[in-house]
Amino acid sequence: MIGEGFRLFPVQASTFAEKLDRLYLFLVGMSGFFAGLIIILVITFAVIYRRRADRAPEKTRTSLGLELIWTVIPLILVMFIFLWGADLFLDQSIPPQGAEDVYVVGKQWMWKAQHSNGRREINELHVPVGRAVKITATSQDVIHSFYIPAFRVKQDAVPGQYRTMWFQATKAGEYHLFCAEYCGTDHSKMIGRIIAMEDTAYQNWLGGYTEETPVQAGEKLFVQFDCANCHESGRRQRCPNLGGLYGTTVALAGGGTALFDEAYIRESILDPKAKIAAGYEPVMPTFRGQVTEEQMLALIAYIKSLSPNVAATSTEGARRPQSSVPGKKE
Amino acid sequence: MSTQLAIFTREHYLNVSYGWKSWLFTRDHKRIALLFLMTITFFFFLGGAFATMVRLELMTPQGDLFQAQTYNKLFSMHGIVMIFLFLIPSIPAVLGNFLVPIMIGARDLAFPRLNLLSWYLLVIGGVFTLWAIVAGGVDTGWTFYTPYSSLFSNTNVVLAVIGIFISGFSSILTGLNFIVTIHQMRAPGMTWFRLPLFIWSHYATAIIQVLGTPVVAITLLLVAVERVWRVGIFDPALGGDPILFQHLFWFYSHPAVYIMILPGMGVVSELITTHSHKQIFGYTFVAFSSLAIAIIGFAVWGHHMFVAGQSQYASLMFSILSFLVAIPSAIKVFNWTATLYKGSISYSAPMLYALGFIGLFTIGGLTGLFLATTAVDLHVTDTYFVVAHFHYIMVGGMVMAYLGGIHHWWPKISGKMYPEGWARLAALIVFIGFNLTFFPQFVLGYLGMPRRYYAYADEFQVLNVMSTAGASILAVGYVLPMVYLIWSLRYGESASANPWGATGLEWQIPSPPPTENFEETPIVEEPAYNYESYSRASV
Amino acid sequence: MSLIVEHQFDDYEQQQQATTLGMWGFLATEVLFFGGMFLGYTVYRLLYHAPFGEASRHLDVVLGAVNTGVLLCSSLTMALGVHEAQEGNRRMVMLFLAITAALGMIFLGIKFFEYYQKFEEHLIPGPHFMWNGADARHASLFFIFYFVMTGMHALHMVIGIGLMAILVFLTWRGKFSSVYFAPIELGGLYWHFVDIVWVFLFPLLYLVERSR
Repeated sequence: MIGEGFRLFPVQASTFAEKLDRLYLFLVGMSGFFAGLIIILVITFAVIYRRRADRAPEKTRTSLGLELIWTVIPLILVMFIFLWGADLFLDQSIPPQGAEDVYVVGKQWMWKAQHSNGRREINELHVPVGRAVKITATSQDVIHSFYIPAFRVKQDAVPGQYRTMWFQATKAGEYHLFCAEYCGTDHSKMIGRIIAMEDTAYQNWLGGYTEETPVQAGEKLFVQFDCANCHESGRRQRCPNLGGLYGTTVALAGGGTALFDEAYIRESILDPKAKIAAGYEPVMPTFRGQVTEEQMLALIAYIKSLSPNVAATSTEGARRPQSSVPGKKE
Repeated sequence: MSTQLAIFTREHYLNVSYGWKSWLFTRDHKRIALLFLMTITFFFFLGGAFATMVRLELMTPQGDLFQAQTYNKLFSMHGIVMIFLFLIPSIPAVLGNFLVPIMIGARDLAFPRLNLLSWYLLVIGGVFTLWAIVAGGVDTGWTFYTPYSSLFSNTNVVLAVIGIFISGFSSILTGLNFIVTIHQMRAPGMTWFRLPLFIWSHYATAIIQVLGTPVVAITLLLVAVERVWRVGIFDPALGGDPILFQHLFWFYSHPAVYIMILPGMGVVSELITTHSHKQIFGYTFVAFSSLAIAIIGFAVWGHHMFVAGQSQYASLMFSILSFLVAIPSAIKVFNWTATLYKGSISYSAPMLYALGFIGLFTIGGLTGLFLATTAVDLHVTDTYFVVAHFHYIMVGGMVMAYLGGIHHWWPKISGKMYPEGWARLAALIVFIGFNLTFFPQFVLGYLGMPRRYYAYADEFQVLNVMSTAGASILAVGYVLPMVYLIWSLRYGESASANPWGATGLEWQIPSPPPTENFEETPIVEEPAYNYESYSRASV
Repeated sequence: MSLIVEHQFDDYEQQQQATTLGMWGFLATEVLFFGGMFLGYTVYRLLYHAPFGEASRHLDVVLGAVNTGVLLCSSLTMALGVHEAQEGNRRMVMLFLAITAALGMIFLGIKFFEYYQKFEEHLIPGPHFMWNGADARHASLFFIFYFVMTGMHALHMVIGIGLMAILVFLTWRGKFSSVYFAPIELGGLYWHFVDIVWVFLFPLLYLVERSR
């Protein structure tokens, strides 16, 4: 935790942290064992077989058996570690259903976050304890990385792409937020705080924001940029109706399909001719240079809201039943 | 027995001709090895100077010694100089150049003029890099990630890239030379499985040098093109993909780290056998493990990109392969340890370096398993854990092996013995200083301290101070050999042909060797490391 | 005719084998060098096949095909030159190598004419790039790869022509015979390699999506 002083081991403040530390400590133990074994053997041999005029070295005998043993046993061990790590990794790469959405934009040299109700933060992020939070991150300029050591998670924020990660905090407190991908002069200063609060306190804090939600802002932008001219139902059908499409697979002109997700919406706004919907003409103009990253997120939130009952895309199925109690590895 | 008189009158490669032309236009692989030695020693200390400044800044949590951009340049140039101008040439260009022909019974490498060209290319590449440094430095990190390097950095990226591009060809030519030499010029009776393991490891290294380096060459060239002409190869705003850069970059740079350890492993095989007067345990396994590392090493590059946004399935593939590439290294460590069993172990400086290598490389290699584990990597990638891991391998491993090799073959190269007492002391100082410098960094990494930070959270200070203290000790350990090795050139005891009582063709010829190496091409009839039936000149 | 065997080699045969292996090793590095560019091109073509296809149609496939023919002929004359070297016919060697070089220069001439055409059509990426179709950014990306890849190939052609000139000169000076003509063979290997690179470049850059 921030301000706590010297530690040898980081605080565990997320469900993943507890699971990961178990794997880590196993690795430490195993490494300690093998390193210790080798070091002890080497020192022992160096001492008891040190050069003496009265003793000649023995003839080396090869032993296929020994070679196989010390090939196969490490092989089995590493496969075990791989499987354990892969299990945790897959868990951690797929956000559970119903996770609280937060959008993060990194730029030289600050983090901007926006909650689903529109509340914005700079270099700080309030999160609830006991509920999953899904971060969708991108960058406005170079590659950054959103890193919360206490939660043991990080995700690169890549310009031009959306990347997600998720976590579930288990302990209230303030934790370090670091940028973990070198991004230029003030990379070391691109830091902040993650403030985990008990759920009721969090709801109060969140609810304290009564201004525009991203969906509302997005709706206004939808009209402001004249999208409604084409895309509203009932109007001249030169363009596809966007209702109910989020999370589905759409057919493209010239064959092929695309998943209607955040990245697809973003591309359609910036590069409309990259993927044309089947049955339509390529008449949509580009809005590159007119829409900022935050406006983009608002528009995306609005378009998502046109598809009710679709809380997550088909790639985000929960791999395990979501649990707010840190459980043992199954 | 003193052979001083013999040295004054006997002609060898050092006294056969004098004058700068006889050195700068030489075709003798032994002289070229010494040219490389001087060049990379210069770059080692330059890179070390940058490291010193980095560690000084990191004594305090605030950024109070340098400005942010200056610090960014310091760690970038530390990495670039150490990797491209020191580590990659190091053992192959110095010990490899000197020993590969002799160990296989040849008079020189296959292409002596290409060998000299290789040195000139390293020097020219070094000059461009120095130019970049003097012109204000480069601050992209040695990894040159786009779009920062291609569009945002306002430092001397193109100059640095040209320097690396040119020095890369030095590496390619060395590799090409070794492959052809080892294939074509072995003495009669020197079958593949009688070759010293030093040769096997240099052969595997050469394969990587030849196949991997061109990819980083073209990748960095594309970055330069993007920078100069402002076109969008890797910049998303102009249609490019920054992740493509990472794939292309790491496709070379991961195998490159095997260039930076395999030769060291070859040296260690020689040191362990010689200084325990015992044949290597598991020759075939150790030989093939070098090839396995080289081949599998080309398939693991994505483990640098677990959080960059590649698909989970790609990440898992790279993870499994990264675990697999660890197995051949483990096989080597076990075989070296088994070689020591019931040997006759001398505590000479080369042996101390070799034993230190085994311990430190084991720790470094095991921490590689942490990084190969995708879930753990989510937490520790881009932190000091990674910094500690690769320094354990490159410094605790490769540099120790390099120093051990320099000491071990010093009598052969110079005709003089180094002072054993000072050498052992230096080895001990290096070992202690190294661990104090880099072990705390594992702890820092898991605590969450990111890389490339010049200002950090207060609670990280204690470990950083420990690390800096260790670095100051390490520096002493590196300066000592410079001093006493140069001292030994004039005042050292003369060396006999075989001061270690070792097997191997290099110990059958005088110290220093004549230009043609062998008066008559040797005929090899025995396996490598045949200590059992070997009568030793000195025990 | 004196056979030069360098001091590090035991005999001419060993020297011959070593230099040939060395050239093949060098060509392997070239494969990887061009390979990086081919990989980048392939990735982007898969991601953006519509604009890449559209951009590809702006290349002059006739000129490209002529160039392919020119290079294939030059490989023929190169091979004939090596054959004549085996036979020891000095004059014929010089003739075939010179024709090879000349064909190479024709290739370069046509190439630079194409580059000039692209300049006129404002298709050189950068501030003056003009694109009337969809997705200008990715069309520009196609042209970046076009220029870098063909440019790198052209650089290798220039080196190849230089090599031919040196070989012609050395042949004229009587350095080679039916017993010793290794440099000509190695020059041939290099020339064929540069030709093969073009054989891959031409369809990938000019011919894909041509039928749409």
